[in-house]
Amino acid sequence: MAMGAAGGSRRPFFRRKKSCPFSGPNAPAIDYRDVRLLQRFLTDRGKIVPSRISAVSAKKQRGLAQAIKRARHLGLLPYLIR
Amino acid sequence: MPYYENVFIGRQDLSSAQVEALTDSYAAIIEEQGGKVLKREHWGLKSLAYRIKKNRKGHYVMLIVEAEWPALAEIERQMRLSEDIIRFLTVRIEEVSEEPSPMMTRRDRDERRPRRDDRGGDRGGDRGGDRGGRDDRPLPREENSEAAVAAAGGTE
Repeated sequence: MAMGAAGGSRRPFFRRKKSCPFSGPNAPAIDYRDVRLLQRFLTDRGKIVPSRISAVSAKKQRGLAQAIKRARHLGLLPYLIR
Repeated sequence: MPYYENVFIGRQDLSSAQVEALTDSYAAIIEEQGGKVLKREHWGLKSLAYRIKKNRKGHYVMLIVEAEWPALAEIERQMRLSEDIIRFLTVRIEEVSEEPSPMMTRRDRDERRPRRDDRGGDRGGDRGGDRGGRDDRPLPREENSEAAVAAAGGTE
C-alpha cells in the first residue's frame, strides 16, 4: 500500500489519493445487517480497521464503528477471532 | 409515530413454529399498544459468531414497527424475561425502506457459504478427528518414553 511504500523508499514517492468508500454516488449504505460489507472493515483478528488505512471518512467511520458494534452484539460478527 | 427496528434471536432448539408463535405474541403486544407492525422478516437459523448463553445458532427475526416507545419497552421487557430469547436489539430508524434488508438478499450467499463450510468441516472434522486421535495417542507415549529415558538416564 501507499503507506508501506512511503516507509522504505528513498525516491520521491507519490501517495495514491484514497477516497472514502462510503462517499460518492454508488456508495453502499452502512447497515449493521450487511455483514459482508462490514467484514471488509475488520482485520483478520476481528478488530475494526483504522480509518487511516481504510480511508473511510471520519463521519462514516463513526457510523461504521457503530454498525460493527451492533452486528457484534447480535452475534453477526465476532468480537475476537482466535 | 416513530419507526423502530427490532431484531431478536431465539434459542437454537426452538422449532420454527415456536419462533412464529413468539413473533405473533410480540406483534400482538405492539397492536395492543396502538402500534403497527410494518414488516416481519425471518432470517432463519443462522450460526452465531460466538456462543451466546451456550447457543451456537439462533433464530433471527426482525420486526419493523411503527409505534410509540412504551410499546417497544414492553416488548423488550418480555424479551428480557423470556428464556427463549437470547439476544435482542431495538434501533430507531428514520424511514422504512421497501426493499428487503441486506440479510434477505445476502442470505442465499451466506447460507451457501456455511453449508460448504459445514460439509468441508464435517469431512475435515472426521479426518481431523481420526488424525487427532492418532496424533494424541502417540504423543503421551513419546513423552512417557522420553520421560522414561530421561528417568533411566538420571538413574544411570
